[in-house]
Formats: sequence, structure tokens, C-alpha cells
Amino acid sequence: MSFDAAYESLTDHEDDARWAYGTGFADPLAGVPTAVPDGLDRADLTAVCLMLGDDALILSHRLQQWVTRAPELEDELAVANIALDLLGQARLLLARAGEAEGTGRGEDDLAYLRDAAQFRNVRLVERADADFAHLVARLLVFATWRLALLDRLTGTRDPVLAAVGAKGVKEVTYHREYAAQWVIRLGDGTEESHRRMQDALDAVWPLVDELFRPHEVELRLGLDVAALRPEFDGVLTQVAEAATLRLPAPAGGAGARGRDGEHAAALDEVLTEMQQLARSIPGGVW
Amino acid sequence: MTAAALAATVTDPEMPMVTLADLGIIRDVREGDGGVVVTITPTYSGCPAMDEIRADLTRVLRDAGYPRVEVRTALTPAWTTDWITADGRRKLAAAGIAPPGPAPRRPAGPVPLVLGRRRAVACPRCGHADTEQIAEFSATACRELRRCPACREPFEHVKEI
Repeated sequence: MSFDAAYESLTDHEDDARWAYGTGFADPLAGVPTAVPDGLDRADLTAVCLMLGDDALILSHRLQQWVTRAPELEDELAVANIALDLLGQARLLLARAGEAEGTGRGEDDLAYLRDAAQFRNVRLVERADADFAHLVARLLVFATWRLALLDRLTGTRDPVLAAVGAKGVKEVTYHREYAAQWVIRLGDGTEESHRRMQDALDAVWPLVDELFRPHEVELRLGLDVAALRPEFDGVLTQVAEAATLRLPAPAGGAGARGRDGEHAAALDEVLTEMQQLARSIPGGVW
Repeated sequence: MTAAALAATVTDPEMPMVTLADLGIIRDVREGDGGVVVTITPTYSGCPAMDEIRADLTRVLRDAGYPRVEVRTALTPAWTTDWITADGRRKLAAAGIAPPGPAPRRPAGPVPLVLGRRRAVACPRCGHADTEQIAEFSATACRELRRCPACREPFEHVKEI
């Protein structure tokens, strides 16, 4: 079959779903059974979906900022695809949050119209990466944590959350491996790459403890993030040893809680860029 | 042609050499009351082709005379490359894309971090048994970019998931 058929189908302009590839974004949960199980607190379900969805949404945006700036074309594609996987997870989770909330807010309303204080992501995902070593350090921490977390979700009572967990585990396994390979390559590399990789690990470490602080809403849904720490430590130790890097000492301290809407100015930067177009043209569509 | 047979002819928007049936994306096709309900499953969470796939299925079935077409999404069980048919694998290889091997079996407990080599991928062009990875992700999330040391050609490989 000739490849022209694919091109023709893209330019064949019968309906809006296909005038430009990937637009016509219908509801990502279209046709997924939506009933919320009896006895499951809808507010709690909404909150957890927002937490995990916001984590993915904000990091996806930070990764997307590397497009046209990555050091190699292959890594540009890799980072863009990781961002795409996370964006897909975010869409599913935000759509589910809107459904559980039941006030008619959809994924777009939640992504584009909430203010910073209403976002529930951890602070790890907010900052821009200072360089590629920072990118892979943060991605390694995030993917290792998220993989362990999503794996615990597969047993949860909400079928959509469980499904997102099961799919996400497979995808984030690849994200974690990508980041780990780079941390090792840079750590066990030249004197300069080793120094910069160590600096990046030191810079991201103060944001690690927050990932494992249990939150009451998560606990009510049976998710105890503190229990993920041993698995996380095991993987980070494995990677640090192979990379000839030193794992920073535990940072300790209470600090702000992204889960409760306490964010750094870095989140405002992301939201300004991400929300500007939607907010300036209310109700606009492509 | 039955609705199921029609749905099975729709090709993947990204890889038009294979059909949705070849890829295991179609989970169920049910006819009744003059309408059709097709249940599909997304491959990757962020797959941008899902709306295209829904539109194609709807169009093909409407053109064949079904007045009502509904496309449902099933998120569970999660899609796996194990659902790609033998026919689909053959078509991928013929198009120069190395098909996936068996999806990794997960041991009980945490997902282990695999840092060593994954299984060998043979070159779809010259058949050389071992090739090297250039990039973890290529034009799509589902494929990696590899290179053959024998014939020196790059090629894509659908990753086992």
C-alpha cells in the first residue's frame, strides 16, 4: 500500500477531526464507562486525579520546552515522546477529575482556567531544567517515583484510575530507563559531564522528600506514598553506583506542599505560557 | 461485509501498512438495531491518532450503510504489543519496521530497572542477527530507532510493551 494514502487521508477535509493531524481533540474518555463506584468519595477521587494529572501536565510542559533546544535530534524526539505520553495520561486524569467532580468542568477547563493555587502538582515538576543533566536528573527522580505510584494504583477501586495506572506503568518504565541511561552516561563520562551531572542531582534532591509525604486524600483512597520510598531509594542507588555519582544526603524539612496548592513562581511561568491563548479567546476552538 | 470485517479493514493512520485489526486495537464489534458499537483500545496514553481512528471507523461504517455508529474506548486491559497478529508482524517487517518480540513478563514486586542489553533485534532489511539502538523513541512513542552494523541502514522497531 502506498504511503500516499496516509497523506491523502490527512488532507481529505470531510470533518474537523482530521483537518490537521492530532486536532479535533475529542474527549479522551469518549466511550469509556464513567460510573463512579458506590461508596467512593467523589471529592477525593477528583482531588487524586487532579494531583496525578497536574504532575503529568506540568512536567509535560517543561519537557516540551526542550523541543528545538535538545542537544541531539534523537533526544529531542525522545523527550517529545515522553512529554506526549505524560500529556496523554494528564488528559485521561483531568477528564476523569471533571467527571467525578460533576460540575461540568472538562479537561480543558481544568487545564486552562485554574489559577496556580488550584493546581495540585508536586513542586518537583515546576522548574525549568538548567541544562540537559538537570533534565535527566529530574526525569529520573520523577519517573522512578511515578512508576512506583502508578503501580500501586492498579488495585484502586476507581476503574479509570486503575486503568490509567496499568497503562502508565508500561510507558513510565521506558521513561525511567531513558533517564537512567543518560544519568549513567553523563555520570560515568568526562570530568565535566560528571561534575555537571552531580550538580544536577544535588540541585533536584531538596524536592525529593515532598514526593513521599503522605496526603490524607491519597490515604483515604488507599495510596500511601511513604511506602514507595524504599523502591525509589533502591533504583536511585542502583543508578548512582553505575554512574559513579554520590546520592545527596536527605534534605529533610517540611517545606511547601504542592499537593495543597503551595507553589513556587516557576509554576506561574508554566501556566502563563500554557494558558495564555485559551484565556485570551474564551470558548475558542481550532 | 459484516461490520466486524469492515472495521478490520481500517488502516492505522501512522502505519498504513497495517490495519487496526492487525494491531489488536479493535476489541469488539457489535451490531444491533441498525447500529454498530465498536470498542477500541488506545495503544499509548498520548496516542494522537485515536481521534483519527474513531473518525475513520465511523466513516467506513456509515458509508457502508450503518445509520448509527458508536465508538467506545476500553482502557482495560491495557494494550500490549502481544496483541499484534502474526499477519501484522509480517507486514511491519515487509515495510522495513522490525516487529516486536514477546512483551516482557513482569516479575512480582516492583518493576526492575533493566540497564543491560535488551533482547537482540534482527535487521529487517538484511537479516543480520544483532543491531544497535540509536534512540529510545523515534517518530512515534511506540517505536525506537536502530542501526544495523552489517548493512549500515537505520530502521525502526516497534517496542515491546
